[in-house]
Amino acid sequence: MSSNPATMKVGYFPGCSLQGSSRDFAESLHAVAKALSIELCEVPEWNCCGASSGHMIEHLVSVALPINVLLKAQKAGLDQVMAPCASCYNRLATASYEVAHSPTTKAQVEKVLQTTIRKLPRVLNVVELLAQIADQIGPKVTKKFEQTVACYYGCLLVRPAKITGFDRTEDPVEMDKLVATVGGKSIDWNFKTECCGASFSVARTSVVGRLGAKIMHDAVERKAEAVVVACPMCHSNLDLRRGEINKRLDPKTDIPVLFITQVIGLALGLSEKELGLGRHFVPVRFPAKPVASPAATPAAQ
Amino acid sequence: MSSHHESSSACHSLAARLEKEGEVSVADCYQCGKCTAGCPAAEDMDVAPSQVLRLLQTESPKHEERALKSLAIWMCIGCETCVTRCPQEVDLPRTMDFLRQEALLRNLANQAADDVVAFHKAFLNSVEKAGRLFELGMVGDYKLRTGHFFKDLGIAPTMFFKGKLGLFPHGGANKREVAEIFARARAVKKESQT
Repeated sequence: MSSNPATMKVGYFPGCSLQGSSRDFAESLHAVAKALSIELCEVPEWNCCGASSGHMIEHLVSVALPINVLLKAQKAGLDQVMAPCASCYNRLATASYEVAHSPTTKAQVEKVLQTTIRKLPRVLNVVELLAQIADQIGPKVTKKFEQTVACYYGCLLVRPAKITGFDRTEDPVEMDKLVATVGGKSIDWNFKTECCGASFSVARTSVVGRLGAKIMHDAVERKAEAVVVACPMCHSNLDLRRGEINKRLDPKTDIPVLFITQVIGLALGLSEKELGLGRHFVPVRFPAKPVASPAATPAAQ
Repeated sequence: MSSHHESSSACHSLAARLEKEGEVSVADCYQCGKCTAGCPAAEDMDVAPSQVLRLLQTESPKHEERALKSLAIWMCIGCETCVTRCPQEVDLPRTMDFLRQEALLRNLANQAADDVVAFHKAFLNSVEKAGRLFELGMVGDYKLRTGHFFKDLGIAPTMFFKGKLGLFPHGGANKREVAEIFARARAVKKESQT
């Protein structure tokens, strides 16, 4: 990777959600990448990774689809591919791990894709990418993000650790550090890596409601003013499914759910429109901050 | 456990096949129950995750059928919490994938999970056709498969006005190539099991 911040190039796998129900994630990612001089090189002719349904009912398809994406990236000369969606990231990284560690799987996938698999591009998630350039984000902050938030990592960004490389699987801190970089505070809480129900949003909405209620309850109880995520499913289950969650909460909660890219974008002074904030179901509003009394400011002393 | 002979998959226990096809050894599990304790879906399951492993450990066809017919294998969300905490690193999520696929193959999938199965099939069907997921098309297919026509109609207009509901499938993928990947993967899998 180039050390010159003006020319950082990274392979980019948008995935299906970012073209549809998570357009806000895509918009904020592109806006932030532009502000930070990161060039996102979209993998040509990319296909769906197969997501949860793939590995649940057709294992070989679920390995072959992501490997096909990585081969296309390789052909385009990309040595790393960033997948913003945690589920895509997980499938790409898992498939890559499986062909590297299982000769049987590798042989089968080679047969399916009718090619020989050599060293594949490295797979990155969005938190990893932003953490790599955290030192360049700080100086570009024009408007501190002065909120207290709950960083919610969920499942597929973090687990399994042997594939994702997260060393603190029950208490990851990478997103918390990014929030601190842009001036925010993050709470210490219990549901950082609990599951939101993921792909059960349609077929078992009640499960999503029950699990989401536990997550939101703990975040609110510990005074979070927003929940910050890096996954389209986490976002949709906590935002779009808030009605289902609030059926189980008393009092109900209206704290917003933001993508980490939106948090950073706000601090970089990007507009709500550029960051897709208007697309959320739960309006993005923060409690008014008390104005500092003149006595407390150094200028008055 | 697995035989060196090339023979029909029906001759082997599920545990032996899982070891060969999925590289998971259920014998490693000593029934500590940590997977069940941390499973977010355990309360929706008829057989606890650790019990699913136990049913495979005995290698009895009766127990295997109980695992294949369980609702539990369809209630697993795939969150990977169990394998992350397992002291023996038994890959239970991979085991669940294997059992779901075997249950579908043998027509034993629990009927109480019909909607979950329909969702997965609708999802993959959409990808197989267009190369990328077309969310609205997938939901339509799911509704046809389940008869849940009125579900989520309340949130659809808001999704549309927020720009979160695309009305047309996305181009860009190589549709033919993806359809071929599905077809060849199924053929290769079939071949490996005979």
